[in-house]
Amino acid sequence: MQNLGIIFRRELMGYFATPLAYIFIVIFLITNGIFTFDIGGFYLRGQADLLPFFSFHPWLYLFMVPAIAMTLWADERKTGTIELLLTLPIKLSEAVLGKFLAAWVLTGIALALTFPIWITVNYLGDPDNGVILAAYIGSWFMAGGLLAIGSCMSACTKNSVIAFILTVSICFTFVIMGSPILLNALPAWLPQFIVDAFAALGFLTHFDSISKGVLDIRDFLYFTVFIAAWLLASAIVIEIKKAN
Amino acid sequence: MIEISRLTKKFDQFAAVDDLSFKVAEGEVLGFLGPNGAGKSTTMKVITGFLSPSAGSVMVDGFDIVQNPIEAKTLIGYLPEGAPSYGDMTTLEFLNFIAEIRGYRGEEIATRVQHVIREVELESVAQQTIETLSKGFKRRVGLAQAIMHDPKVLILDEPTDGLDPNQKHHVRELIKNLAKDKIVIISTHILEEVTAVCTRAIIIDEGRIVIDGTPAELEEKSKYHHAVSVRLTQDYDLASDLQGVSGIGDVVKEGEENSFTILASNSDSIFAKVSEIAQRKQWPVTEFHVNRGQLEDVFRSVTSQSQGGE
Repeated sequence: MQNLGIIFRRELMGYFATPLAYIFIVIFLITNGIFTFDIGGFYLRGQADLLPFFSFHPWLYLFMVPAIAMTLWADERKTGTIELLLTLPIKLSEAVLGKFLAAWVLTGIALALTFPIWITVNYLGDPDNGVILAAYIGSWFMAGGLLAIGSCMSACTKNSVIAFILTVSICFTFVIMGSPILLNALPAWLPQFIVDAFAALGFLTHFDSISKGVLDIRDFLYFTVFIAAWLLASAIVIEIKKAN
Repeated sequence: MIEISRLTKKFDQFAAVDDLSFKVAEGEVLGFLGPNGAGKSTTMKVITGFLSPSAGSVMVDGFDIVQNPIEAKTLIGYLPEGAPSYGDMTTLEFLNFIAEIRGYRGEEIATRVQHVIREVELESVAQQTIETLSKGFKRRVGLAQAIMHDPKVLILDEPTDGLDPNQKHHVRELIKNLAKDKIVIISTHILEEVTAVCTRAIIIDEGRIVIDGTPAELEEKSKYHHAVSVRLTQDYDLASDLQGVSGIGDVVKEGEENSFTILASNSDSIFAKVSEIAQRKQWPVTEFHVNRGQLEDVFRSVTSQSQGGE
């Protein structure tokens, strides 16, 4: 477990050693502002909640998170540091988890820095802060799910651009899985349980209920299992592909 | 003690390492030689636990690299090919990270890091990010990382590749100093390095050992072993003077003007005979010396079959 912490710190420090972390945070905050105030009609709605803010997060993450995740393992393979890292006396699981957590905490920091919007909504009205907190946590878990996909895709290739494109594609699939657009497009003869299973796998299904303040342990369980599964897949891919 | 027994590593159908067995004991500096693609790096990657073997086993001081990877890796310091390190960190940050992973805590970290920085002379670049360093410094950062925990086993994949002669000399001195009661395995294709630092050399080709012995033993296998090189002030027919003398083989004209190499036909020394004849016949000699044998020549002769077949 100590190694996990050491790797985590190194990775997080690595993000802040380059402009990457700062650019990510700034762009995240600006886009969030545009989405919430301009497109989301934050003021026009006349309601003191952060629904327009959170409802854009899946789409924002769709491009922001793969940008963070793409280098996770692809760069290690490209520069050969994977050989250094995996011949140190650490477990592969510590490396996979440490790297993932560092990236996840970075998205957490970016998310936490959106606090002025929370202050704004509290200044303007009297929102349900419990719902807002739940939505923040839900949003962070969703980012984690997308990051875990990104970790696995990044392990598949030496080329971080390919990792980015793969991650965006797969993340897009999971984000829209639960959306009505896709569910309506499914052929009518499909049995209901398959449609339900399909919807249950989608991010939106789970995130929507969390962001509306419905704190169901199953939604968090979904994201936790999702993250664990993709991280396990990352470890397997790294193990198989490290030779080439 | 490192024990490699019947090690095989296959990539798809291609066996990069093919049924390799050898042991390395404490105090030995093993030079690992072979043409490009012979399986040197693959073998090292398996010994250090980066790749898992297709068959066979690697025991590091009693720990199986597959069964007890953490214990085995704790004993090993490894410089991978090309000395990879995290380019966006400074030398100091990177070495601090390695020290922590190697189990140092608190003040030990700084003490240990300062020690290796002194050892490989990195003081001047301690605060610089690694990606801005020259090739020689990057290689030394890699070395510093490998010797951080004073490992019992040191595995260095081409440690002097790309260094200038001064740096090469420095790294070799360093390896020699470190080698006492350690196991050192160095891969290289610079043959002079073997005579300079190694106590033993293994030449592998196509994943198999073709020669295993001390550098001196390897030199004995050379056709230049005991050969006498002479350089004359003017052209002279050495061959006729030497004709019929037992133990003397061909006289080879070398590239340089009036330089000849007199080969020994068997492994006995011919120095005394040749020098006696040279005095008697009053050869116009300016240079006269005995060859110990050329590793390059041995290397070529034992690894040439595969090259010729391509």
